[in-house]
Amino acid sequence: MVMDKIVIENLSLQYSDGTESLRNINMSVKANTITVLFGPAGGGKSTLLRCLNRLNDLTEVKTVAGQILLDGVNILDPKTDTIALRRRMGMVFARPVVLPMSIRQNLTYGLELAGEKRKSRLDEAVERSLILAALWDEVKDRLDDPAIALSGGQQQRLCLARVLALQPEVILLDEPTSGLDPISTGKVEAALQELKKNYTVILVPHSIQQAGRTADYAAFFLQGELVEYNDGKTLFTAPKDKRTEDYITGRFG
Amino acid sequence: MKRIFPFNRHLTERFGFGFLTLLAVLTVTPIVGVIIYILIQGAPAISWEFLSGFPREGMRAGGILPAIVGTLYLTIGTAIFSVPLGVAAAIYLSEYASETGLTRLIRIAIINLAGIPSVVYGLFGLGLFVLFLQFGTSILAASLTLSIMTLPVIISTAEESLRAVPLAFRTVSISLGATRWQTIRRIVLKEALPGILTGVILGLERAAGETAPILFTGAAFFLPRLPHSPFDATMALPYHLFVISTQVPEMPIHIQYGTALVLLVFVLGMNLIATVIRSRARAKRQW
Repeated sequence: MVMDKIVIENLSLQYSDGTESLRNINMSVKANTITVLFGPAGGGKSTLLRCLNRLNDLTEVKTVAGQILLDGVNILDPKTDTIALRRRMGMVFARPVVLPMSIRQNLTYGLELAGEKRKSRLDEAVERSLILAALWDEVKDRLDDPAIALSGGQQQRLCLARVLALQPEVILLDEPTSGLDPISTGKVEAALQELKKNYTVILVPHSIQQAGRTADYAAFFLQGELVEYNDGKTLFTAPKDKRTEDYITGRFG
Repeated sequence: MKRIFPFNRHLTERFGFGFLTLLAVLTVTPIVGVIIYILIQGAPAISWEFLSGFPREGMRAGGILPAIVGTLYLTIGTAIFSVPLGVAAAIYLSEYASETGLTRLIRIAIINLAGIPSVVYGLFGLGLFVLFLQFGTSILAASLTLSIMTLPVIISTAEESLRAVPLAFRTVSISLGATRWQTIRRIVLKEALPGILTGVILGLERAAGETAPILFTGAAFFLPRLPHSPFDATMALPYHLFVISTQVPEMPIHIQYGTALVLLVFVLGMNLIATVIRSRARAKRQW
């Protein structure tokens, strides 16, 4: 039986500048699946991702209502240890941002902050995460080079590996392939299929095609509302809502 | 549309470029002129005795060691107070404070602090450090006065360097489970350090060359020995230069220019260090 890893209940969010970004969202995310959040820009997908690891704490948010349960515990509770939460909810951003240090240091950064000092453990994490992100063969001989020297596609896989090094439970990806060529995109997508065996993956895809290719479950967001949520196959072949159908058939968006 | 011949376009462009080049050269001329003039006039005075000896015969002969050492002490003293305070204030403004009435007030204060004439700092230092806190006319009082004068430069350049570090580094670091302070210490400060250092050196360089703030707070007309403690007064290059140029009759001119040359080398040397740090950091920067 597939468990509900994350349950979102009546989640609403408003930014300080008055824009409402999420309106009464209810959905649950199953463990070990790829759940895709898609829809036109400004629909609230990224905002939802940033709620999940409390990265919205850094932005000017006016009100948040509702709750998000991770394994049954509400992470929107002010008492939540956000540092620990972010280690459980890794995030890959749209633009690959490598930290200004070596490839190896990028990967060990989070672990060292978490208090890991043993070199053997760190080395092991570097190799494991690079293999998972399909980057090991390309960089294993130059781990101490500056990470900025990598190509865009390699940098994005390094960002994925950096998240994996922390062994999170959930991986959040915000248009991770938007700046990548088709070959690099294919590598990232293949890595995701491998990853869902051990992780729960939530992906904001950069195209409907990618949503269709990768989704086990898919959620269509429009102007802060969750219009439709179903398993990927049903949603893309037999959408129930007219707006979903219009969007995936390319009538708007 | 009117047809313009390529010949004309080229001519206009060459004239324009020539004019701009001329203006650029003109701005450099006074600086180069000052340096060359001081070098020619002052170089004959420079000797080992001049750099390492004490003034003799009512400062009309001998060396300027106490002034050199004094300026060094004052610069170090200023650094001790202004660098930690200035960098801490910059970190607060750039990383922690949100835009509120308070931060706006702080920023306005910093800008205005930078605009205050240096002699006013001198009087303020006299009132607060020399008299009220009873530090006397001393290196301590002078360093504190110079620190207040230097703070705005350090704060604003340090804040600028901190803000230049891409926001994405901070977001990524925090998303990897770092606290704000860990992010600042391990990433932001590290990347901003060359810029901060440059600002610090430029600020200290200004402090080293100032006369008015130390006039009432720590500068001695003449001292037959080196200062022993922070509570001693001290000779200093800029004030010594003022003294021997205006207060001592029949002063040999080459000693005046020699002193000016030493001060110039001191200040331009610091400038050079700042430039080297900046250009090396720029070459190494990974963003």
